[in-house]
Amino acid sequence: MLAYLIRRLFAAAVMLVVIILVVFGIFFLIPKWAGVDIATSFVGKQADPASVEAVRQKLGLADPVYSQAWEFFKGIFVGRTYSGGGDVTHCAAPCFGYSFRSEQAVWPVLTDRFPVTLGLALGAAVLWLVFGVAAGVLSALKRGSLWDRGAMLVALSGVSLPIYFTGMLALTVVSFKLDLLDGQFVPISHSFSGWLGGMILPWITLAFLYAAMYARITRATMMEILGEDYIRTARAKGLREQVVIRKHAMRSTMTPILTMLGMDLGALIGGAILTETTFNLPGLGQKVLDAIKNQDLPFILGVTLITSLAVLIANLVVDILYAVIDPRVRLA
Amino acid sequence: MTEPSKSEAAMGEPTAASPASTSFLEVRDLKVHFPTDDGLVKSVDGLSFQLEKGKTLGIVGESGSGKSVTSLGIMGLHTAGQYGKRKARISGEIWLKGTELLSADPEQVRKMRGREMAMIFQDPLSALHPYYTIGAQIVEAYRIHHDVDKKTARKRAVEMLDRVGIPQPDKRVDSYPHEFSGGMRQRAMIAMSLVNNPELLIADEPTTALDVTVQAQILDLIRDLQKEFGSAVIVITHDLGVVAELADDILVMYGGRCVERGPAEKVFYEPRHPYTWGLLGSMPRLDRDQQERLIPVKGSPPSLINIPSGCAFNPRCPYADIPKDNITRTVRPELTEVGGRHWAACHMSQEERQRIWAEEIAPKL
Repeated sequence: MLAYLIRRLFAAAVMLVVIILVVFGIFFLIPKWAGVDIATSFVGKQADPASVEAVRQKLGLADPVYSQAWEFFKGIFVGRTYSGGGDVTHCAAPCFGYSFRSEQAVWPVLTDRFPVTLGLALGAAVLWLVFGVAAGVLSALKRGSLWDRGAMLVALSGVSLPIYFTGMLALTVVSFKLDLLDGQFVPISHSFSGWLGGMILPWITLAFLYAAMYARITRATMMEILGEDYIRTARAKGLREQVVIRKHAMRSTMTPILTMLGMDLGALIGGAILTETTFNLPGLGQKVLDAIKNQDLPFILGVTLITSLAVLIANLVVDILYAVIDPRVRLA
Repeated sequence: MTEPSKSEAAMGEPTAASPASTSFLEVRDLKVHFPTDDGLVKSVDGLSFQLEKGKTLGIVGESGSGKSVTSLGIMGLHTAGQYGKRKARISGEIWLKGTELLSADPEQVRKMRGREMAMIFQDPLSALHPYYTIGAQIVEAYRIHHDVDKKTARKRAVEMLDRVGIPQPDKRVDSYPHEFSGGMRQRAMIAMSLVNNPELLIADEPTTALDVTVQAQILDLIRDLQKEFGSAVIVITHDLGVVAELADDILVMYGGRCVERGPAEKVFYEPRHPYTWGLLGSMPRLDRDQQERLIPVKGSPPSLINIPSGCAFNPRCPYADIPKDNITRTVRPELTEVGGRHWAACHMSQEERQRIWAEEIAPKL
């Protein structure tokens, strides 16, 4: 188990380095292919050649690729100092550079927005796990029943309806018609109950989509597991059916669900663009949408890195849980 | 599509008229039918037999003859944990120690499962839960029926593993099924089945998934344990070699029904059904001339949805035309006694069968 853990951690560290280098590659190569000069886009089109040149010097854009890559890499872990072309700016670690548009440092903006997205993703995950898995198990046990058909119909609509539709519907009904929640985001540091009130609708909307997917997967997996020989063995021992389901079938059903959870959570923590836009939540997703619209490369890179990191960590956690559940994985 | 007939609609109703059984295990007119999209699959269609304690019954037949369905039926595993609307339809009577299982309270049958009757499955790798240690699974089986703490149950598990011949049982008790070899897994499975000293042990193809050398060891083990515990054993197999080694009585199944039943030596040396002849002819034997070819039973197993009318074996039977008036294709033969405790279901006369066996079949074996 320990060896497995060390191997996983090591693999994650290697992945992180690779991700950073790939992200740098995007930063370096995309403008080249797109015919965009980074220095020009930083300064603005109307700037005179002298100030463009100054920025190029300061950002080290004229340096060879490897030294730029190294500076970028170093910046993330120990910070970097922009000293080319006269004045000196220190960018503390982790340094993702400055926005092309607002000259804001990228990292503080990201850390500001990250908790919003994290709260959204985790809260929704709890909801969809509880309701999705429960609905899936019940459907599998009552297959063909009215409940099963009803639940699967709701699940199908959950999968097919886009978030901006269900989100808008929820907002219209709950906030505007019934006037139950005002639907405004309040940071958790200001007021916990206010935060809860603002998050309920986004959570439900996001969880609805995922609960639908999880219910379908759970139902299919559960039905398959119930046909396994070892379930028959468990019954042959004289176990109560309830224990057969809870202890023997559920444990096997959890493995594919965990795998999905790792990927979904990782992706969501990197920004739930649709949900955040629909409910006007100041999270990473909203920011990255802005950044893409404005071609604000440093922000795009920052969010990309955070997303990758989130996926990496979520998968690491899932890998560990996986090994706890399935002893055969510990050998892998 | 076969529409359920009136008699099938009445299935499942208790047949209160019949007297309680005095045998240790008695199966009377067992029928197990499964409704499917293509029609009603009659996996077992009227099977009866008795078994006493300390005896071994071998149930033989090809795939789809209803062997496993019968064993699962005795264990009550067709009705336990059935979800959805497509439920198996079971009728007849299964008497175990004076209790009729099909009409008994399911909770009572559950309590008997694992304690009074236990089962060894064909493929021990898939029959053991991959996520729990061997020990945990045996401990669980023991604690369902015994109110003891985990430590006592664990000691019992180690004891059982030792008894079935697993080396270093106190260490291997914490192993997972994937860490065991095939033979060891089957030993562990046997240890789990026997942990509650069941009086009835059903072994469903216990050696099919194992290699030949291990097969013999497992069969020896089952035989030794039976002597030790004095339980009744049902061995289900398509391998006549297995029953030859273990069984006191043999029941040959074809198309969901019994075609021949009797003491092992009778069925082996004086078989009275053409299907049994076919099985014996297709069995490889060391004492036979190696140049000689095995004689397969021609054709394929019957559809269990449209079982051939008359004798189910008639399309494959080389002697189907011997009885007069095409009777093999119109009337289903009943089991008739052909000797002491020996029954066969065939339209040919005793003398004819005796003659064919003695002149045509036996010399070729």
